[in-house]
Amino acid sequence: MKIKVIVTLKNGVLDPQGKAIQQTLNGMGFSSVNEVRQGKFFEVDVNEKDEAKAKIKVEDMCKKLLANLVIENFEIL
Amino acid sequence: MKSAVIIFPGSNCDRDMDVALKKFGFKNEMVWHDDEQLPKSDLIVLPGGFSYGDYLRCGSIAGKSKIIKSVIDFAAKGGLVLGICNGFQILTETGLLPGVLQQNKNIEFICKNVFVKVNNKNNKYFNSIDKDVLELHIAHNEGNYFCTNDELKMLKDNNLIAVSYCNEKGEVNEKSNPNGALQNIAGIFNKEKNILGMMPHPERMIDKYLSGEDGSIFFKNLINNIK
Repeated sequence: MKIKVIVTLKNGVLDPQGKAIQQTLNGMGFSSVNEVRQGKFFEVDVNEKDEAKAKIKVEDMCKKLLANLVIENFEIL
Repeated sequence: MKSAVIIFPGSNCDRDMDVALKKFGFKNEMVWHDDEQLPKSDLIVLPGGFSYGDYLRCGSIAGKSKIIKSVIDFAAKGGLVLGICNGFQILTETGLLPGVLQQNKNIEFICKNVFVKVNNKNNKYFNSIDKDVLELHIAHNEGNYFCTNDELKMLKDNNLIAVSYCNEKGEVNEKSNPNGALQNIAGIFNKEKNILGMMPHPERMIDKYLSGEDGSIFFKNLINNIK
């Protein structure tokens, strides 16, 4: 079963790449862009048939490796 | 005095560190990350480089290596653990040190000499060092130290900010901050001050003709403090 995870920077944490993307978009003429925050997307194929169980495992993976909880939040889709 | 340098796939300052440690009297051994046991050592060094290609987050995958469990046990017993650059990133990712090293504020890889102020000499690393400001080298893309307000308070209350970016005179200000690090933090200790993580590379400053000698001062002092 494939479980999808999005990891994003917490509010207030500096995102230099997002800032550079925003400035580039503005420079390209997308003047309505106020801010860009960049994150990560994971697709974890877990050998598990029960979705709830799979998600519990992936949550543990997020806490231990996929996200750094000092600066990042994760969301299991 | 015995030391060990851990090699991860992608480490690239491991041999520089080996040369530096031996030059100042350590009997050094290189240890592969996939080993489980550490040799008997007075000092363990996690070297600089790009372990696992900086995949996921710098130091995150190295932080799960087999050898790390032994490093954590060694540190818990009071053993000295020094992490330089990527080594510092690994220490934060393992949770041995608080905070995280984020991408540099200006999104540039920075490779230059900097000055750092030694804030706390009451530890094995800097005790008796006769300088307050050291000229060391930095080379990193993710050296922008960040931590929560609670962690920052804890670091300050316990005087755990080991070294701060400063100018030649030792003045810590925004102009002397190369990467946007919180409060110019270049290196920190754990509470017991047996673990030191710092972005600057002392092992690159051990030859007066090639670079500088402030790294020599650091290593000479360190081995004297361990003896």
